[in-house]
This record gives sequence, structure tokens and C-alpha cells, in this order.
Amino acid sequence: MTLYNYLYYILLPLLAIAVLLVFYRFYKGPTLSDRVVALDLLISIGIGIIALHSIITKQPTFLDNAMILALIAFLTTTAFSYYLEKRKKK
Amino acid sequence: MMMDIIIAVLTTLGTVFILLAGVGIVRMPDLYLRISVTTKAATLGIGLILGGAALYFKDNGVTSRVLAIIFFMLLTAPIGAHLIGRASYFIGLPLWGKTKYNDLKGKYNRDSHECNSGKPANEEETEEQSS
Repeated sequence: MTLYNYLYYILLPLLAIAVLLVFYRFYKGPTLSDRVVALDLLISIGIGIIALHSIITKQPTFLDNAMILALIAFLTTTAFSYYLEKRKKK
Repeated sequence: MMMDIIIAVLTTLGTVFILLAGVGIVRMPDLYLRISVTTKAATLGIGLILGGAALYFKDNGVTSRVLAIIFFMLLTAPIGAHLIGRASYFIGLPLWGKTKYNDLKGKYNRDSHECNSGKPANEEETEEQSS
């Protein structure tokens, strides 16, 4: 089994299962904070998927998108926690 | 061929850690435990997968890019987890029923958003008496 097949047929489906589990928590999560944590983890898994995809397609340019996604993940978490703390009603 | 095996091992470990983070965010009973699981496991898993990518391309530009992403993840993941955990504790999300230690209980002011966790015990008592 070559590296291409291993990454494409085994590791990417495992990451897809992880995305489905996070989406379950994102859908069900009792509070807004649970959904924010799930969104953060979802973007992190997206970075991992982009890295694997750049190995599969032999295109290192995709890693730029991964870097920007990492920046945006931190921004979303910071903004959500800021407004979560500032808002009046629960 | 040897390099392929090393890359396969690194990416497999990273994927398993990310999958464990996904299982943890579903199975953990509490928001704070979920933050604890996802931050650590996802950061480690992404670092391993990106390390595999750096070994695969063997290029200076790619390696520096990967190191920048890993450094940024290591820098921002604890800050984000602390921020969301702090905000959730301030707005009064309940802890798990079996939690034994709640050291911050009664030490924060919900109106002024100040936390008195760093002060010694005497000042807290005087503040409680005055209020």
C-alpha cells in the first residue's frame, strides 16, 4: 500500500468521522459556549485535513490556507468569548 | 521508502489524537472538561500531521511555514481555551455534578467582572464583610 492510498483511504475518513462527531456536539450542545468550543475544534480539524490534502496532491501551497485558518480560529474564539462575557441577559 | 513509513507513522498518530479529541468532545460531561480535552489533543494532533507534511516536502519554505503554524497553534490554543473557559465561568455555566474542587467559588464579582483569586484570604474576608 502506497502512502497515497494510505492517506486517502484510511486517514482522511478517520478525520471525517472526527468532523461528524464534532458536528454532533455543535448541533446538540446545550449552551453557546459548547458550540464555540466545537467550532474551534472544527477549524483545527480543518487545518489537519488541509495538511493531509497538501501531501496527497503534492501541492505545498495549501499550507498557506492552513496558516490563515489558524489565525481566524483564534479570532473567532476571542471575539465569541468577549461578547459572551459582555452581554447582559443569559 | 523509509521516509514514507516515518510520514505514515506521524500522520497516523496525529489523526488518532484528533479522533480522540472528537470522541472526547462528545463524551465528556462538562464544558470545562471538553475544553481541556479538545485543546490539548487537537494541538498535538495537528502538530504531528504538519510535521509529517514538512518531512514529505523537504523544502525550506514549507518547513518554515509549518513551524510558523505550529508555533502559532501552541501560542493561541491555551489563550483561547482560557478565554472561553473564563467567560463561561463568569456567566455561570454549571460544573459537572461530580466535580470535587471549585476553588473559584465565590471569588469573582459578576457585576464588575473581577476575579479575586490572586488575593490573600484576609482581604477576601474583609470584602465579604463590607459587602
